[in-house]
Amino acid sequence: MSYTVDFGLVLNEPYREWIVQGLGVTLQISAVSIVFSLLLGTIIAVFRLSRVKPLVWFSLAFTEFFRNTPLLVQIFFWYFGSHAVLPDVVNKWLYKQDFEFAAGVIALTVYTAAFIAEEIRSGVFAIPKTQLEASRACGLSFLQAMGYVILPQAFRIVIPPLISQFLNLIKNSSLVMTIGVMDLTYMARQIEAHTFHGFEAFTVATAIYLTISLIVSYAINLYNKRVLRVASH
Amino acid sequence: MHWDVITNNFSYFLIGAYPQGPLGGLAMSILLALGGIFGAFWLGLLIGLLRISKNRLARIFALVYTEIIRGTPLLMVIFWFYFLAPIAFGHALPEAESALIALIVFTSAYIAEIVRAGIESLPKGQTEAARGTGLTRLQAMRHVILPQALFNMIPSFVNQFVSLTKDTSLAFIIGVNELTKAATQVNNRTLNAPTEIFITIAVLYFIICYVLTALSRRLEKRINRYQARDR
Repeated sequence: MSYTVDFGLVLNEPYREWIVQGLGVTLQISAVSIVFSLLLGTIIAVFRLSRVKPLVWFSLAFTEFFRNTPLLVQIFFWYFGSHAVLPDVVNKWLYKQDFEFAAGVIALTVYTAAFIAEEIRSGVFAIPKTQLEASRACGLSFLQAMGYVILPQAFRIVIPPLISQFLNLIKNSSLVMTIGVMDLTYMARQIEAHTFHGFEAFTVATAIYLTISLIVSYAINLYNKRVLRVASH
Repeated sequence: MHWDVITNNFSYFLIGAYPQGPLGGLAMSILLALGGIFGAFWLGLLIGLLRISKNRLARIFALVYTEIIRGTPLLMVIFWFYFLAPIAFGHALPEAESALIALIVFTSAYIAEIVRAGIESLPKGQTEAARGTGLTRLQAMRHVILPQALFNMIPSFVNQFVSLTKDTSLAFIIGVNELTKAATQVNNRTLNAPTEIFITIAVLYFIICYVLTALSRRLEKRINRYQARDR
């Protein structure tokens, strides 16, 4: 049996519509997870930098555990097994939503937050210690010093690594297809199932992911060239 | 909680149905990771060297290769090879081989970047001195630059190996019998202990990855100290 490569098939209706829809879901789940992971990651990083021992331990355990287990296993855990560890109220609320999407968001958020916390922590370490001491001496509390003096400076340094973590998140979001979120990868798989033209479907999906990645890394380079150079003067 | 599901199936998680049946579970994950890092090291070394070669075409090829691979999700690379193989060879590759090739190709792009950065971070005087003593470019690379650069890169290689170990879980999606597949199989059969099963699996991966991460940190400290004393 011979196989003819036919990209027209994948790029015409109805399959073009599927790809566009899938891309929409990928961007949506990524955007939501990026916002949450930035919030959670910042909290975990502040825990790590605080002087309260239990918070430091919690933050250490959090980052080590979630960074050293596969995202796929975490996705399965939140999808199949979260009901036993989350309170009933939260479970009921989650089941009323689009549960696949919610489980995907939780998994991506928690996984990425562990990496983001490490990036922010190293960014804060790059700020001279005297900054914190000076702001504490001015009468700011630890949280005020963090919020008004340290974090604004640290964020400027960590923006490029943070964006590359967000980019990783967009690429990692392809894994949520395994629990039935209809993202770009899921749609490529569907097209394969309908047409047996998996090679073309996945080439198109790969090209889309690649385009997103290239745009984002171009933006990082631009930022590095413009903003960081200005800041260092 | 139904922890008996875990105790009843623990050997299945570790080695699959072996020796009565095919090898699977954690053993298969480790085999994939070892095979992957071995292949990715040599391919990545080659691509990394092409990236800094004098030949413009080779440089562009290596750049395009690393940018494309690093810009796409691993799952895409895995699917891509899985569906490319029937077109290229006329018959489908076994899942495990197909996944292994994808893992090697994917990881090699990251290894290539490590190799390039490692070589570029060596002082230029090393190359100049080696060339000055009459070695050819290739000899200087082989006998002077690479032994030093590769030594410094060991922690990064270990980190990449940790990523790769986590990445082997994706082989499950095209049906390779490894740890994640074993977990979903047992979960589909028992249905009453998903939390316990996936916590166990996560802990198994965690043990391997954490031990390696800790090792890489210790190595990095030792290598840094060694370099500091050297200068």
